[in-house]
Amino acid sequence: MFVQTFPITRGDFDTAGEASSKIKNMLKKLGISPRIVREVAITAYEMELNLVIHSLGGELKLEVRPKSIELTAKDNGPGIEDIKLALKEGYSTASESVRNMGFGAGMGLPNVVRHCHNFHIESELNKGTLIIAGYSLDEKED
Amino acid sequence: MKVSEVARILNAKILCCEHRLHEEVTSAFGADMMSDVLAFMNEHTLLLTGLVNPHVIRTAEMLELRAIVFVRGKEVPEEILERAKEQEIVLLATDKTLYTSCGLLYATGLPECRRK
Ligand SMILES: Nc1ncnc2c1ncn2[C@@H]1O[C@H](COP(=O)(O)OP(=O)(O)OP(=O)(O)O)[C@@H](O)[C@H]1O
Ligand SMILES: [Mg+2]
Repeated sequence: MFVQTFPITRGDFDTAGEASSKIKNMLKKLGISPRIVREVAITAYEMELNLVIHSLGGELKLEVRPKSIELTAKDNGPGIEDIKLALKEGYSTASESVRNMGFGAGMGLPNVVRHCHNFHIESELNKGTLIIAGYSLDEKED
Repeated sequence: MKVSEVARILNAKILCCEHRLHEEVTSAFGADMMSDVLAFMNEHTLLLTGLVNPHVIRTAEMLELRAIVFVRGKEVPEEILERAKEQEIVLLATDKTLYTSCGLLYATGLPECRRK
C-alpha cells in the first residue's frame, strides 16, 4: 500500500494544484491506467481547490491499494451547513475575487461525484469537512 | 482537426510547443471559468478562453489538454509560457473575440465537447 499526505493552506492560490499534480505523476509512475489517472487528477484538483478556497486549511491524502485508490480531503472548518445544497450544480459561496481567477461556479463537488466510483461526504459546522472519493481498480479498462 | 488548422483559421500566433501542432482536437469548448472547463471538457478538446492566469495551465494539465487558444488579444506572460512548455501544451493567441473564434471553428464542423 502507498500513502501520501499533502497539507493544504487556506487561500494559497500560488501553489494550488501542486498536490494534485504530484498525485497525478505518482499514479502514472505506479502504472495505474491512464483513464483512472485522469479521473483521479480531476477529483484531486477539485478537492484541493475547495480546501484552498473554502476551508481554513486541511490535507489531501492519496492511498493506493492493489485493487483501489482513495482520495481523502479533510479540513479544520468551517464546515458545510447544507450538504445537499453544496452538491447541487451552480451553488457556490465563492467570493468575487475567486470568480475572477476562474473558479467558484459551483461545479466542483458535482464533478467529483461524477468522476469517482464511491463518494462519501460528512461535515459539521465549526468542526470541518471530510470527503472521500474512491476508485476500484479491477473494473474493465479501456 | 489539427491544431495547426485551428491556428490558421483563427489567424493565431503560435506561442509555444510548435512541435505539437500536428495533434488532433475532436471538439472545442469556450469559457472563462475554469470550474466549467473542469466539468465539461475531455482530453481531446480544444480550450478557447479569455482568462489568462497560471490556473488555466494547471487545469489543462489535469485534463490533459493538447492546446489552448487565448482570445481577445490578451498578453500572455512568460510564467504561463514556461508552465505550458513543461506540459507540452500548444498555446495560441488570437485577436478575435471568444464568440467569433468559436463561430469560425464551429462553421468548419468542429463540434462542441460532450459531457461524459
Ligand atoms: N471544504 C469545504 N469547506 C467548507 N465549505 C465547502 C467546502 N467545500 C465546498 N464547500 C461549499 O460547497 C460549495 C460548493 O462547492 P463546489 O466545489 O461544488 O463549488 P465551488 O467551489 O464554489 O465552485 P467551483 O468548484 O465550481 O469552482 C462551496 O461554494 C462552499 O460553500
Ligand atoms: Mg469547488
